[in-house]
Amino acid sequence: MSQADLSMEGHSTVLTVGPVFSIPTKKLAMWLFIIADTMTFAACLVAYGFVRNGSLDWPRPFHSITNVVLMTFILLTSSLTMLFGLRSARAGDKAAAFRWTMISAALGIVFALLHIREWMALISEGMTLFKNPWGNGLFGASFFSITGLHLSHVTGGVIALIAVGMRYKGGRYNSDDIEVLGLYWHFVDLVWMFVVPLVYLLNLAH
Amino acid sequence: MTTAEAHKSNGIKKDLAIYVCLLILAGFQFVIAYQNINASQMLTRMLAVACLEAGLAALFFMHLWTEKRTFLLFVAIFTISVLLGMQYGWTDSSRMVVGAPYSSANK
Repeated sequence: MSQADLSMEGHSTVLTVGPVFSIPTKKLAMWLFIIADTMTFAACLVAYGFVRNGSLDWPRPFHSITNVVLMTFILLTSSLTMLFGLRSARAGDKAAAFRWTMISAALGIVFALLHIREWMALISEGMTLFKNPWGNGLFGASFFSITGLHLSHVTGGVIALIAVGMRYKGGRYNSDDIEVLGLYWHFVDLVWMFVVPLVYLLNLAH
Repeated sequence: MTTAEAHKSNGIKKDLAIYVCLLILAGFQFVIAYQNINASQMLTRMLAVACLEAGLAALFFMHLWTEKRTFLLFVAIFTISVLLGMQYGWTDSSRMVVGAPYSSANK
């Protein structure tokens, strides 16, 4: 065997070794997006924590947790319905997968509407981006930016759920696309688990 | 019941179990919010519960548990190390309130 053959053999051995993560490209891209987005949310929450910790007159405007309890329940339930959609898609039950995906989208819409209702209530009490009647003006900026960033993710997710659901039903997308979208939807849910205690529960009026 | 149906049924049971766990943990956060403790204790407890929730959601809802171990380690180590790196600013935020240890007010 010549030196060239040996080197070719060595080269092919390297090429035939499987990829490190053994994960489909779309899924890997979504995971990388999720990791990057985690940093965005974390930076916002850390900046919020910095400002809150450094302010003596930080407002505590929330008197009731009913709305946020309902929003949390709806978002968690939408994650469950998304899982049901994925299981149905993997089982080849297109109608059920489409139905569960649309239910998830509907729950996302309800969540967004509750969120907007809460925003309107705070705005009607005099809260804006730079001032509020209770104390440090930065509260409005941090509250609206963090919850607004999350709300934009929910809105984008709802649009994606409807678009992917329709294309899946039409046969253009498969169960892998439902899975990738599901990752994004669960991530939106996961972020909410940190937004609730930091932004809402720590600012409850006792 | 066929093997496929049994497998699907078991999967749904597991999803429901994780969902109930997440609901209970979210409930804990609301209970902590009404405890008579100071803000830093409250923050620590709530963040601990949130991390537990996030772990459950990432491992089971996002199926990270069934991915290859190298990928799980990559996501966990990379994300956690960057998140921990961001925490250095917290100590400095106290300086804004108490003016210590670098404030000229203390000299």
